[in-house]
Amino acid sequence: MEITDTDKNWTEVITPKKGVFEINFKEIWQYRDLVMLFVRRDFVSTYKQTILGPIWFFIQPLFTSLIFIIIFTRIARLSTDGLPPLLFYLAGITIWNYFSECLSKTSNVFVANANIFGKVYFPRLSNPLAIIISNLIKFGIQLLLLLVILCYYIYNQQINFTLRPEIALLPYLILLMALLGLGMGIIFSSLTTKYRDLTFLLQFGIQLLMYATPVIYPLSSATGKLKTILSLNPLTPIVESFRRIILGQEILDYTSIIYCSIFTFLTLFVGIVVFNQVEKSFMDTV
Amino acid sequence: MAEIAIKVEELYKQYKLGMVNTGTISHDLNRWWHKLRGKEDPYQLVTVTNDRTQKASNEYVWALNNISFDVKAGEVLGIIGKNGAGKSTLLKVLSKVTGPTKGNIKVKGRIASLLEVGTGFHPELSGRENIFLNGAILGMTKREIASKLDEIISFSGVDKYIDTPVKRYSSGMYVRLAFAVAAHLEPEILIIDEVLAVGDAEFQKKCLGKMKDVAQQGRTVLFVSHNIVAVQQLCTKGLFLKNGCLEYHGDIEKTLPHYFDFENVSAKKDVYDLSEKVRSNGVAKVIKKAWLENLDNELIASTAMGDGFKICFEFAADFEMENMLFGFGIENLQGMRITALNNSIASNTVVKQIKSGIAVCEFTSPNLSAGEYFITLAMVSEPNQWIDHIEHAFTIKVEPKDIYKTGKVGGNGQGLVFLKGDVYIR
Repeated sequence: MEITDTDKNWTEVITPKKGVFEINFKEIWQYRDLVMLFVRRDFVSTYKQTILGPIWFFIQPLFTSLIFIIIFTRIARLSTDGLPPLLFYLAGITIWNYFSECLSKTSNVFVANANIFGKVYFPRLSNPLAIIISNLIKFGIQLLLLLVILCYYIYNQQINFTLRPEIALLPYLILLMALLGLGMGIIFSSLTTKYRDLTFLLQFGIQLLMYATPVIYPLSSATGKLKTILSLNPLTPIVESFRRIILGQEILDYTSIIYCSIFTFLTLFVGIVVFNQVEKSFMDTV
Repeated sequence: MAEIAIKVEELYKQYKLGMVNTGTISHDLNRWWHKLRGKEDPYQLVTVTNDRTQKASNEYVWALNNISFDVKAGEVLGIIGKNGAGKSTLLKVLSKVTGPTKGNIKVKGRIASLLEVGTGFHPELSGRENIFLNGAILGMTKREIASKLDEIISFSGVDKYIDTPVKRYSSGMYVRLAFAVAAHLEPEILIIDEVLAVGDAEFQKKCLGKMKDVAQQGRTVLFVSHNIVAVQQLCTKGLFLKNGCLEYHGDIEKTLPHYFDFENVSAKKDVYDLSEKVRSNGVAKVIKKAWLENLDNELIASTAMGDGFKICFEFAADFEMENMLFGFGIENLQGMRITALNNSIASNTVVKQIKSGIAVCEFTSPNLSAGEYFITLAMVSEPNQWIDHIEHAFTIKVEPKDIYKTGKVGGNGQGLVFLKGDVYIR
């Protein structure tokens, strides 16, 4: 029996190390069904065996907003930029939650899925992608709640709302938020496979980060050095612009959005490169 | 002409022993420092063989040590070896779950691996939802799964529960469903690890049948199992791993003997020293030597079909053994017991008291077909105290012979035993 070794026709060559930029996006596309099934799994399994089901999506931001109103508006008397406190907090919490969920879930992706990753190969990035998408759906539902309440306020003329062309920026801001969460999340997930120390940092880090981001206060209430520091936080322009656009206020500062975009894409790029390097050997160290 | 489907070239895989802790970061830094200066990784230098039973002298271990082999398209390759030989590591590297440390693998065709049944099953989802999820994890598209859904459900035999969350399933049902999904994969190369160890007998048979179908469709299959009968039935080629090294690669029939015995594969005209051989049971290494004799008490290398022979072993203990049984077993090279005899069965006797001597098992007219056979030796103190027990202690060879006086020497395909008889038309 003759053996033909047509060297160039290999479908695949498995080697110890991957090139830094050798990212197989085509493969991820081939596995798009899997991504969508992961999304479905996350979504369906979250509220199985609950009576209220997806209503929990509404309850959580609503109650958080109410608590915030009591503490930060009634007791601490923080400014809400002249906006109705409920809308102000709800908008902030909705976009913030999206970020923090994306970050905390993707940062755990290797550890949480070690049993699957250890048994079968599929592009590992499909998992963080699924997390981003399933949280986007959740975010969409919460956004709906926000819009309903907004309509109520507009109808009762309790808010000075003008529909502006900037509204077209909204999807881009949401995308930025998703990508920033993804980028930071996969960096953390890659680093935590071997050393778990960062998980502890992340746990309270996200909480602290919220206070460093204008979620419960407007950027305008900060002045001087504090304002500069807050502006360095790449989340600041997203949260701030998102809230202002959706509540029909004028937008402010485009340079900060550009700064945030650059920051996001750099983070995402680094994240994908690191993730790509780690995914090959993480099973041995996780 | 057969094309090569998988080409493994000088594959190494290193693992670190012990725990990841603060010591690890110093290794990482040292490794990075060496890399920076263009030197070789200081922890990849020593090639220590991976013997599970030896206490490690080194913190790093080679789970795969210089493995090279080719698999041709359409071949069914059985990978065998003891626990810790590196079988699963090899499959993991092949299925891209983890990367190799050195060397590479070239693959032609889509690989699907089945290192576990039901990977990614979510307990809260229904059987149907899990079919889709699991299928997608294994690399199928939604459309492929949808087109095979009915087939998968009926193969699994859990139709009734298909819309119930799988957390309510019995473990058997769970596995049935999982295997059903896997069985309907259609990759060019399929990698399977020990999945037959589950399910009831009927389902195991079904699985084996399905895997045979897969093999017959000309797909390449790599199969790891300790179920030697299954390996033998399914595989055409075999790969034997020992302590991370490739010991043998060839036809399955020639590979299996390696699994049972590392050293004695071909019969020699010799007295076998068994005093240090690995025991499978017992309290002391009492059996010292063993050999084969003809009926005239002469040492022989091999016997022939129908010729009487004696299996003898010498034993010596430093204590009085009481109520002794001396057992002799004959197995084929796949480990299947053909017959066994002891003094209780043969002559309804036990040896009341003995310290040393030579035990003889005499077969005056054996019916063994030509081939090689393992001999298992055992000493038991009645009622059930194992004194010594060596499985596959040595091999004997039975030469073909013209039993039926027709000039035709018995060859292959005659099974393990021959029976005197005749065939005629009435």
